[in-house]
Amino acid sequence: MMYLKLLFIACLVLLPLSSHAADDGYGYPIPGSYEATILGTPASLMPVFPAEMNTRQLVLEVIPGRRKPPIFFYDEGLRCSFAYQEKKAPLVFLIAGAGASDRAPKLLTMMKAFYQAGYHVITLPSPSHANFIISASQSRIPGDLTEDSADLYRAMEVAWKQVEGDIEVSSFNLCGYSLGGSQAAFVAKLDEERRVFNFRKVLMINPPVSLYSSATRIEDLMKQIPGGPKKQGIFFNRMLSKFSQFYRYGNFVAINDDFLYSIYTQRLFTPEETAGLIGLTYRINLAGMIFSSDVMTNSGYVVPKNRVLSPTDSIFDYFLVSTHLSFMDYFNEYLYPYFQKQRPGLTKQAFVDTLSLKSIAGYLKSSAKFGVMTNENDFILTREEQDYLRQLFGERAKFYPRGGHLGNLEYKENLAYMVAFFK
Amino acid sequence: MKIVIRYRACLTILSLMLTLPLAGCATTSADIHAEVPARHTISEFKDQSFAEVADPWEGFNRSMYRFNFYFDKYLFLPVVYGYEFITPTFVQKRVSGFYNNLGEVRNLTNSLFQLKGKESVTTLGRFVTNSTLGLGGLFDPATSFGLERHDQDFGKTLGYWGADSGPYLVLPIFGPSSLRDTGGLAVDSAITYGIYAAIDPFANTGNSFAISSGITTMNAIDSRHQQSFRYYESGYPFEYYMVRFFYHEKRQIESGKPLPAE
Repeated sequence: MMYLKLLFIACLVLLPLSSHAADDGYGYPIPGSYEATILGTPASLMPVFPAEMNTRQLVLEVIPGRRKPPIFFYDEGLRCSFAYQEKKAPLVFLIAGAGASDRAPKLLTMMKAFYQAGYHVITLPSPSHANFIISASQSRIPGDLTEDSADLYRAMEVAWKQVEGDIEVSSFNLCGYSLGGSQAAFVAKLDEERRVFNFRKVLMINPPVSLYSSATRIEDLMKQIPGGPKKQGIFFNRMLSKFSQFYRYGNFVAINDDFLYSIYTQRLFTPEETAGLIGLTYRINLAGMIFSSDVMTNSGYVVPKNRVLSPTDSIFDYFLVSTHLSFMDYFNEYLYPYFQKQRPGLTKQAFVDTLSLKSIAGYLKSSAKFGVMTNENDFILTREEQDYLRQLFGERAKFYPRGGHLGNLEYKENLAYMVAFFK
Repeated sequence: MKIVIRYRACLTILSLMLTLPLAGCATTSADIHAEVPARHTISEFKDQSFAEVADPWEGFNRSMYRFNFYFDKYLFLPVVYGYEFITPTFVQKRVSGFYNNLGEVRNLTNSLFQLKGKESVTTLGRFVTNSTLGLGGLFDPATSFGLERHDQDFGKTLGYWGADSGPYLVLPIFGPSSLRDTGGLAVDSAITYGIYAAIDPFANTGNSFAISSGITTMNAIDSRHQQSFRYYESGYPFEYYMVRFFYHEKRQIESGKPLPAE
């Protein structure tokens, strides 16, 4: 392993991009937005964490008596990860990004960083993750920032009740990345009324300003696929054969970090293909949300209405159908109609407007507890949206020159900034 | 991954397997409404299917996948966690090293079967180095000498000589496999057992059976300890297909013959 690591570092040093790093004094090495998003942070550039942590997994009954269809037999409640100090300490809730669970690798890294700095930590899955939809979403229909945040708040209360007796807490804090970043803002706003936690500080990492706008930009990545998003299967299969050919021509020992990294250095995929792969990953993720929500609500969207799926039924066709649906399809055919029924007279534009940080801008500006950390080349934000964040948060908006969408989240400098923000 | 299970244990597991799927079936609701076709169906998309793997026994495989989830939950993982709790990390690493080193025998036989000369020498070098300098595999000096580990098994050997993977198969306890790889697993286990029987290292102790059972059990616990995968942990509703796809593709790619450079 040592040898591999050395090779890995050597590759990094030899890359032309290392000169780039020296220019602005920021050491995160990957300049491309898409590449950074996919590759994340090389292990050698992450901080060293303590080997042992006091952790346990919480399985919470957030909605008592929630009935779960047989296909979700394995879902026993909302899963949260909990790391605790043995002395009085501040607690931070971490909210995962779109489609991610409480044990998403990025979330666990953040957890370790906070733990190391002496915090208690509770991680929560994203309200767009199947586990949350099944066990903690009141409507079972994710996508509305206000409702999802109310669900999150309830989940936090239940989690806190569960651990209250075991730890001593000096203050509550909140942090989330990507979609979870925007949700953190809405959760904090709700807390101003409910006053259960009185969050001391709130950090949003790579948040979208407007959900609809950011989702559109991610969906646009799929347009770079030849034939467009509806031909994603063909695209997937072509990329896969490219991938396996590359392996067979090269002299690789196994599919490991070394191999994956050489895909990057050898520029196996073009920028368009890289964009397409990000879009496709997002779609595969989204498919899990669409399917779970549809099964939970019996809406007949991708699964026939009234069909009861058993744990051994094949659901592959639903996988293919769901991955072919875009966020816009979900929004126009499923999400918006549901909320239109709930709030008569709600126009589409008015609904889109509520799914934005701009809808609570007054509150965000007035409160000194907020901060944002993002990247200049995060493709989910437009230039105007970046300026908006700068203007809204002033000095509390930290922009890194690169890192794409979350690519540099696990980089040591970023983690250090994140932890220091809560000091 | 080579776990030898004793006959009695097999029986227990088999009876569990037969009863578990039935337990799940008993929950059909009383009010059955007529089905209404879904708004979106597969017929509207004119695209290739993707991430698909031949899986004619999907019903059985999904039951097995679920069985493994319960087996892990109620028996295997509690034992593994118990082991992790009572043993210092240092000792755990040595135990893993010991079994990984024994696994080199399987790697060696199979790289020989594939007539990979250089790889066989490397693997042999690893085995000799780690067995001696590494104190019976407890430590791994070979890797720091630049001798990389090449994981091999008879399933890969079959694949190397052109055998198709055959249908996907989820084995009880072992997990994702294929028809070919299941055959390979049987052959590897037989070879390991054959070598073991020929050497019979504990013949003089008078407790040969007890000791070898202990070693086998410990091997199973260590294998699970080294494997971080947990059934249904992702929470992703299509996890079964993701696991199936990644297993199949990884095996396919790693067992293929390297292509000549262009």
